[in-house]
Amino acid sequence: MSTIETHTTRVTVTVNGREVSEEVEPRTLLVHFLREQARLTGTHVGCDTSNCGACTVLIDDEAAKSCTVLAVQANGHKVTTVEGVGNGSGGFSPVQEGFRQEHGLQCGYCTPGMIMACTALLAENPRPNEHQIREALEGNLCRCTGYETIVRAVQWAATNGGAGEWA
Amino acid sequence: MSLIGAKVLRKEDPNLITGQGQYVDDLAPAGCAFMAMVRSTEPHARIVAVDTSAARSMDGVLAVWTSADIAGLPARPSSLPGMDMPLIAGDAARFVGDIVAVVVATDRYTAADAAEAVIVDYEPLPAVASLAQALAADAPMIHPVLQGNTVFFQDYTEDLSAEFAAAPRTASLSLVNNRCAPVPIEPNVVLADWGPAGLTVWAAFQAPHHLRNTIAAFFGISQDTTRVIAPDVGGGFGAKINFASEIFLAAALSRALSRPVKYTQTRSECMVAMFHGRAQEHKVDVAFDDSGKILALKVQVTQDQGAYPDATGMGLPVLTTAMSAGCYKIPKVAVSWRNVVTNTTPVAAYRGAGRPEASYMIERVIDLVADETGVDPIEVRKTNFIPADGFPYQTHSPLAVYDSGNFAGALDELLRHVDYPALKAEQAARLADPNAKLLGIGFSSWLEIAGFGPPGSLEAFGHLASWESAQVRVQPDGSAIIYTGASPHGQGTVTTFAQIAADQLGIDFERISVRHGDTAVIPQGIGTMGSRAVAVGGEGVKTASTRVFERAKKIAAHLLEATEDDIVVENEEFHVRGTPSKSVPWSQVAWKSFQPLELPAGMEPGSLDATVFQQVPNFSFPSGAYCCVVEIDRETGEVEIRNMYLVDDCGTVINPMLVEGQVHGGVAQGIAQALYEHMQYDESGVPRTATLMDYLVPAAPDLPGYVSGRTVTLNPSNTLGAKGVGESGSVGAPPAVINAVVDALSHLGVKHIDMPATPQKIWSILRGSK
Ligand code: FES
Ligand code: FES
Repeated sequence: MSTIETHTTRVTVTVNGREVSEEVEPRTLLVHFLREQARLTGTHVGCDTSNCGACTVLIDDEAAKSCTVLAVQANGHKVTTVEGVGNGSGGFSPVQEGFRQEHGLQCGYCTPGMIMACTALLAENPRPNEHQIREALEGNLCRCTGYETIVRAVQWAATNGGAGEWA
Repeated sequence: MSLIGAKVLRKEDPNLITGQGQYVDDLAPAGCAFMAMVRSTEPHARIVAVDTSAARSMDGVLAVWTSADIAGLPARPSSLPGMDMPLIAGDAARFVGDIVAVVVATDRYTAADAAEAVIVDYEPLPAVASLAQALAADAPMIHPVLQGNTVFFQDYTEDLSAEFAAAPRTASLSLVNNRCAPVPIEPNVVLADWGPAGLTVWAAFQAPHHLRNTIAAFFGISQDTTRVIAPDVGGGFGAKINFASEIFLAAALSRALSRPVKYTQTRSECMVAMFHGRAQEHKVDVAFDDSGKILALKVQVTQDQGAYPDATGMGLPVLTTAMSAGCYKIPKVAVSWRNVVTNTTPVAAYRGAGRPEASYMIERVIDLVADETGVDPIEVRKTNFIPADGFPYQTHSPLAVYDSGNFAGALDELLRHVDYPALKAEQAARLADPNAKLLGIGFSSWLEIAGFGPPGSLEAFGHLASWESAQVRVQPDGSAIIYTGASPHGQGTVTTFAQIAADQLGIDFERISVRHGDTAVIPQGIGTMGSRAVAVGGEGVKTASTRVFERAKKIAAHLLEATEDDIVVENEEFHVRGTPSKSVPWSQVAWKSFQPLELPAGMEPGSLDATVFQQVPNFSFPSGAYCCVVEIDRETGEVEIRNMYLVDDCGTVINPMLVEGQVHGGVAQGIAQALYEHMQYDESGVPRTATLMDYLVPAAPDLPGYVSGRTVTLNPSNTLGAKGVGESGSVGAPPAVINAVVDALSHLGVKHIDMPATPQKIWSILRGSK
């Protein structure tokens, strides 16, 4: 049996305000680090060409597709996932609540990524118009909703607390 | 107050918006291994050798299987005899994506590495990449059992040459219904755990009992120790009722390795491995008079089945031809169809499955007749509609007896939202101004067959039966749990079924849970497809709830020393009609329903529990009228949808928010088919659109907002009156969009343009006209 050398490296990321430190292969994608090492499975994988945005998280409060980032690149940085934007005790962030109020989700698979992209949008532009919302979500695919209710969800959040706060 | 028709927020959402949903890939049992596939890169080839040695010797690799390793197992279920799709291709690979070898390793990265390390020696064979190639004389053959590549041929059901000869006018149309990839954002995922006590399979699937029964038969094991769980499922759109080979391979490998095995399709695999939809070509002839009255219709459908005909996929042209007359009273209809194999991904159900193809065809025909006669498309529709008092309506097909509808009513409702004369005037003004964008107005009056179905209907597609199961169980505290055989993947069934049950039981919506998707817990069920969940499964919940309520009333009457007929329920209190002070709470009735000493004579404890296998006598026929307004850039050929007006008739609406969501989603997929999506192959059978870089799934900027309206004709086949709505949008939208595009270009003599109406296609038409 041939042995392929698999060396690992330590990656430490502050995920949702909590330090996660694990030995991983250098090629480990951040999305897999989050799902498999940090065991936060809210962040999803929907493609292998960085088109779908199901994996969207915030890195240092900026939206990023965690399938296009290596875990080692996030070393020492702050990452926020869908699990980190509510108030932690069952309360929803304004964006989460907007998705619920306006039926911005059906199967829910794209939803965590959508919520993070919308959160980043509202943090940057608290009063986006419909056109700006649609353009900002260009990198996030939803196969269920046809997007109109997602646009409404963002508008709901914009008038009910905005992006919200997170650790 | 009734909850039927109320905008109730979804019970599903709190988990899903906080990342607490549980999709199959989220599960990570101890010792879980990962499966990866080696897929054919050749459209058609003899497999000379598969060298697995490098892969086998890699650290962390647990198994590498080729066809020799599954010799004892049957072919993929739902295959056709002699044209079976092997789980792992043996002598030949027949499409790009066919599984050639399977690897299992301790983690997903190693599994992917090992799959890359498998070396396959192919000897390319001539391939057929299109229907034209497959049907050519001397075409290369895919399955030796066939003479040529035609699996089944049904000649025209009637000879209409006399009708056509006698008709004042005739016209013909050839249409391509473009092949689409379903693209649920969650691809196919499976986790199989075969232990000493039995096999458990978690699968992203729409019909878990159907899968459980099939897996048990496949391996020759007992159903009682075979469990299938469909947890949260990230969209299905019909594609997740197909028996993906990967499911059976994961189970077989779990058995061999004595550990859980998980497989998550990559998107690029999903694009070629998950069965495609549509892929039909139509040849249509229509006979009509000067007023636009249609006298006879001939439709020939050629269905591309891909490399291996799937039993469900074989039924697609049956549904298309059954629904070919759409909303119209056409005196003579003759249909013909054939199923043809090609070296492409197999084709089966995709949202609408056979009905979007029918509505697209007949609605294009209506506009063609309008164009030929000079009669307005609205008038042609009204001239030919089945009248509102013409139901039930027996079509040319024994399958389709339309239950109810008001097609003219829906079109009138649509025209209340659309200012048609103003649009026509704007269109003329823009045409006269060379710098203005062209304007096109397109209508579709559509109808589909849904609510599957009457006894025998799903059996024809290999299902156990066509009913749906519902169990209502009142808990000792007076809350209730509903178990349904329907298996949602985004529809909101947990919410709508709780609404239905709350109404019947008089129990608060908040105290009703709905469980689904686990064969160990749910009574034998059928599943969610064919827009059947509410029309059949929801009706079952109503029936079971009514039975439970009648028994609860008996207990309440006994406790209140009153007669049953006088008992009413309000705010979870049973009381004697007219005497609100004489009351007993639901919680008491529930508690005592388990206590023999508290029950009326002859009543068994635990009686507030009813299971129903709900049958329905007929399909349902949702319908509607849509209007699409497009603007076309004369320089670039780009189409922009300016307005999309949607009037749906799905009978009784349980939750308007969810109905709107279903319509929007279906319309989005319909627009996508009309403007953007096309799964394409090159001449040799290599897919050209196998990633999301090349296959355009529309994002938010690519789609319009919608204006919605509604008409209601009740479904006579259930007491709810609900018809189903899951597929409506995908049925109604494509013809409205293409009719609008053709309308915008009609001054150039354009009579038809195939989907998708890409800027490139339109640009060449515009340029050709200069
Ligand atoms: S999974 Fe990251 S963009 Fe699709
Ligand atoms: S809700 Fe299903 S993909 Fe967006």
